Amino acid sequence: MHKSTSHLQATVFAVAALSPVLGLADETPTLDSGDTAWMLTSTALVLFMTIPGLALFYAGMVRSKNVLSVLMQCFAITAMVTILWVVAGYSMAFTDGGTLHAWVGGLDKAFLAGITADTLSGSIPETVFMTFQMTFAIITPALIVGAFAERMKFSALLWFMGLWLLVVYAPVAHWVWGGGWLADKGVLDFAGGTVVHINAGIAGLVAALMLGKRKGFPTTAMPPHNLAFTVVGASMLWVGWFGFNAGSELAADGTAGMAMAVTQIATAMAALTWMFAEWISHSKPSVLGIASGAVAGLVAITPASGTAGPMGALLIGLAAGLLCFLAATKLKRAMGYDDSLDVFGVHAVGGIVGAILTGVCADASLGGVGLAEGVSISAQVVTQIVGVAATAIYTAVASYILLKVLDLTLGLRVDEEQETAGLDIALHDERGYSL
Amino acid sequence: MKLVMAIIKPPKLDSVREALSKVGVQGVTATEVRGFGRQKGHTELYRGAEYVVDFLPKIKVEAAVSDELLDKVLEAIRGAANIGKIGDGKIFVGELQDAVRIRTGEAGPDAL
Repeated sequence: MHKSTSHLQATVFAVAALSPVLGLADETPTLDSGDTAWMLTSTALVLFMTIPGLALFYAGMVRSKNVLSVLMQCFAITAMVTILWVVAGYSMAFTDGGTLHAWVGGLDKAFLAGITADTLSGSIPETVFMTFQMTFAIITPALIVGAFAERMKFSALLWFMGLWLLVVYAPVAHWVWGGGWLADKGVLDFAGGTVVHINAGIAGLVAALMLGKRKGFPTTAMPPHNLAFTVVGASMLWVGWFGFNAGSELAADGTAGMAMAVTQIATAMAALTWMFAEWISHSKPSVLGIASGAVAGLVAITPASGTAGPMGALLIGLAAGLLCFLAATKLKRAMGYDDSLDVFGVHAVGGIVGAILTGVCADASLGGVGLAEGVSISAQVVTQIVGVAATAIYTAVASYILLKVLDLTLGLRVDEEQETAGLDIALHDERGYSL
Repeated sequence: MKLVMAIIKPPKLDSVREALSKVGVQGVTATEVRGFGRQKGHTELYRGAEYVVDFLPKIKVEAAVSDELLDKVLEAIRGAANIGKIGDGKIFVGELQDAVRIRTGEAGPDAL
């Protein structure tokens, strides 16, 4: 998440060249209204991904008795993370952590201390940067909801998500984007393949395993209750993702433009790949399949969106469409875990595919922006794998501990009667449909 | 009097209603139902999870008719609901003991 170096260098050069003429002192950050306008827009787009995009995407896939519970979870996470981000999350992710800087930021900006309307972050107001990052912090825990949909206690969910944000998300965001140890290692993660998708996908798998299968899984039919919601939600995710990826440039420039293009290309490729894979293996192309494929493509291009070119986007889309299709349709059946809405199969698998291929597609030979001086593709791929493994292990262990503690104190799951009745009535005293 | 109950394919409801009106049936009740017969169900597939759906959506049409009208009614329903494929449905006929028109209190065949 940086303005591309070439842009920065050009700015520095221009400022340096003009300094004597204009009598400017050293480079002082100035507000760029074009960048700011785009980042305000991007922030709105990314928030729109969670509410209503992701919320609808998930709501359509559950049974009608749980439709409100999923919408409620996404909405409540949006509100809760906003507050926690202000209290400490932003500071823990994006400030200097002193001696602990490699691992986590400090608390200098707790309660957004020192941030005013005039504070800048690069060429945009820090308020915009902080809110933009907040929308990422919102969608990441919201993604996990799909893994344990239809069976988790709402109170336990709030505790888990709040703690997870501070214990897992904020530090991992710091590792990659806040100047932490993965940033130092040279891990490429432009818009959050590791921080957002692998992080959420692995946490989702751990949660699905710890909560156990839904009652009746996999023998009872649990078809999606309204795939129209799911397609509308997936479409909103697709549109909102331009803010996620092209916005991660933090500027309105050429890198943002290429990020937008490769996002579109990879998504289309993955949607078609999943559709054709299903058409071939099951004889019919499905609506849920093409929508799932699009999301898989969006996930996979995320880390690569600032470094890959169009050819790389085609490759990443193809790989993500195929591998996520296999993970969601075959692997889950074979392994027998109940990741209700395939958070692992789409976000972790797509995130890993994307993170590794980012190291390949950044190379100039594949139309990418080029790797750092003296770094080969294989060396970059190893670095990417280190990033993936570190994130996966940390989120798995930390999520396990958090869930274990909550299981022993609050209990994670609703009782059997509540599960049968549906969470809408059991936990919220409401019904989604009174037809 | 007879009570005719026909289970038909949903898209055939309008033509059955028309055919019944033509032979002089004054009132019909239609209900959305689900069921299976020799057609059995069908399968649905979501992200690799295959579900057999046993109960297919059908429409249940009920009409109370006089004894004289019965044959024409059966013919009308068959004519209108027949696609010629398995799953077109069935018609059941039962004796009807009485009928009362709520507004006037008329009873028996007069109430039909």
